[in-house]
Amino acid sequence: MKLDVRLPIGMMFALFGVMLVLYGLATRDAGYQRSLGINVNLWWGLVLLAFGLVMLAFAIRARRAGGGATGSE
Amino acid sequence: MQHIDLGAIDYAILIVYFAFVLGIGWVLRRFVRSSDDFFLSGRSIPAWIAGLAFISANLGAQEVIGMAASGAKYGIMTSHFYWVGAIPAMVFVGIFMMPFYYGSRARSVPEYLKLRFDEKTRGFNAITFAVMTVFSSGISMYALAKLLELVLGWSFHTSVVLSAVIVLIYILLGGLTSAIYNEVLQFFLIVLGFLPLVLLGLKDVGGWNGLVDKLQPVATDAGFAPGAWTDSWQHMGSPTANPMGVEWFGMVMGLGFVLSFGYWCTDFLVVQRAMAANSMAAARRTPLIAALPKMLFPALVILPGMIAIALHGTGGGLLPIGSDGTPNYNLAVPVMLAHYFPSGILGLGLTALMASFMSGMAGNVTAFNTVWTYDIYQSYVRPGQSDRHYLRMGHLATVFGILASVAAAYAATRFNNIMDMLQLVFAFVNAPLFATFLLGMFWRRATGHGAFSGLLLGTAAAAIHHGLALPQGAVPGLKGGFLGAVLHTYPSEMAQNFWTAIYAWTTCFVATIVISLLTRRNKSDDDLRGLVYALTPRLKDRELPWYKQPATLGVVVLGLTVVLNVIFW
Repeated sequence: MKLDVRLPIGMMFALFGVMLVLYGLATRDAGYQRSLGINVNLWWGLVLLAFGLVMLAFAIRARRAGGGATGSE
Repeated sequence: MQHIDLGAIDYAILIVYFAFVLGIGWVLRRFVRSSDDFFLSGRSIPAWIAGLAFISANLGAQEVIGMAASGAKYGIMTSHFYWVGAIPAMVFVGIFMMPFYYGSRARSVPEYLKLRFDEKTRGFNAITFAVMTVFSSGISMYALAKLLELVLGWSFHTSVVLSAVIVLIYILLGGLTSAIYNEVLQFFLIVLGFLPLVLLGLKDVGGWNGLVDKLQPVATDAGFAPGAWTDSWQHMGSPTANPMGVEWFGMVMGLGFVLSFGYWCTDFLVVQRAMAANSMAAARRTPLIAALPKMLFPALVILPGMIAIALHGTGGGLLPIGSDGTPNYNLAVPVMLAHYFPSGILGLGLTALMASFMSGMAGNVTAFNTVWTYDIYQSYVRPGQSDRHYLRMGHLATVFGILASVAAAYAATRFNNIMDMLQLVFAFVNAPLFATFLLGMFWRRATGHGAFSGLLLGTAAAAIHHGLALPQGAVPGLKGGFLGAVLHTYPSEMAQNFWTAIYAWTTCFVATIVISLLTRRNKSDDDLRGLVYALTPRLKDRELPWYKQPATLGVVVLGLTVVLNVIFW
């Protein structure tokens, strides 16, 4: 079967998440005036990481179940 | 305008994104063995993937930039493009038209026209579509490169060449599958890249209620009722009461019925995604699945524009002022990105903008190479060659399509008027199309001569109407009135466009019927089996669970759309 599209999507967003979280931690004293005082890198990085991991979990579960490698059917 | 400075982290995100889109193409390259794999993904795509690709292919940079610009210029009425325009049309194509597109085993929309009508109708549609897609991909490339030049100080050439080369590589490697998979990735990237912008913007203006308050002075300053920017229907009684300058009938008929149905139901760029689905049921669900996120897109693409103009009005001068004294609405999205996003997430936002552009371009190029290879090359240039030959032609057509888009982008930098004129001509050609398909699919008596002459007359009607009318305050020329006399003045350009479409559609509809009745049928009932409603066995989808039944899904989608219209009435 073909590639499960959730695999690259999950990998990319998990990676983006890690990058933004690390950058957010490194810059947490920067003030973040533009984003209304919110450390948007840290928080949105966590959202991206969570989304990426959920996608990866779906892809891995489908692979374990065998067969439906391209998605839900 | 002050350039935005990008940090290393922003470039890192952009580079990771490039690596992933190319990687997807690389992994998929071994699945491309036949022309069917290259042009139609071997009809193997699950419904949800096809559905997300269906929206993403349409979600080019011009949509993201343009919808935000309209949001700033016209307010929430822009959402009619979704809640009156796109969604009902997507439900219609899924439930009523997909059985014929997918069931006929046609490989493209023009090929359906050949099966249903005749060679000349197909030829007309194939050639205009091929030229149109190449130019629209070039124009959107131009728009994006100009924007990046203005906002980031990137060189125009670098942007054009870099994006063209990346799209070229991933399509050459994996064909339509690669384009579709990347469109799904791009879809999520666009949503997750713009969502934090909307959330921050809304927080800044004090939520929806705060936005409503802040947009009141914008509306009253422009001479409208205070709610004109935040009520979608209340001010549509007369064209003078709302910033779009359109009354409800012109909007519902022109935008909703003619233009949106014409685009979503007949444009091969989107229909191709559904044709690649792995079963009839999946193909019919594709536009319906697409409609669910699509109806929420106004929040993602229109709201940033509305927030930008609200801040512009109260905070003073957020948007740069153009040479004609009005704010440069097209800069709403990049200005908002620069306003709210610090380094880091800024890279994500810009990558999302790049992603929207690439998905749109890949959509155009994959549709072009298919129509070129199957409907022009295989039909008129070299019929009867081996599949290998056509696969190779597909690769060449991809290269050619991208080169031609790049050429069009450069032409746009020099001959802006020619580009505007081309877009106008395309609008004339597109307006009547839906009448042809409607009659073709639901009236077996429609003949090839009827369809072809209907299309030509509809296109001519569009040109004549446009040539005799003018939007208020415009000078005769490209904007209309080029036939010498101005018989009608519309309150806005949009109203004029909607009515041009209405005239074109009606002319095509009537002319096709009349000429069909005067000419002999060129296809027997046997020929038309599977192509026309009355001659196709009803599909039974009772055995599917309810959420997979197209009709049930369609009702759910339409119900939710009505709710949205009422909430933002």
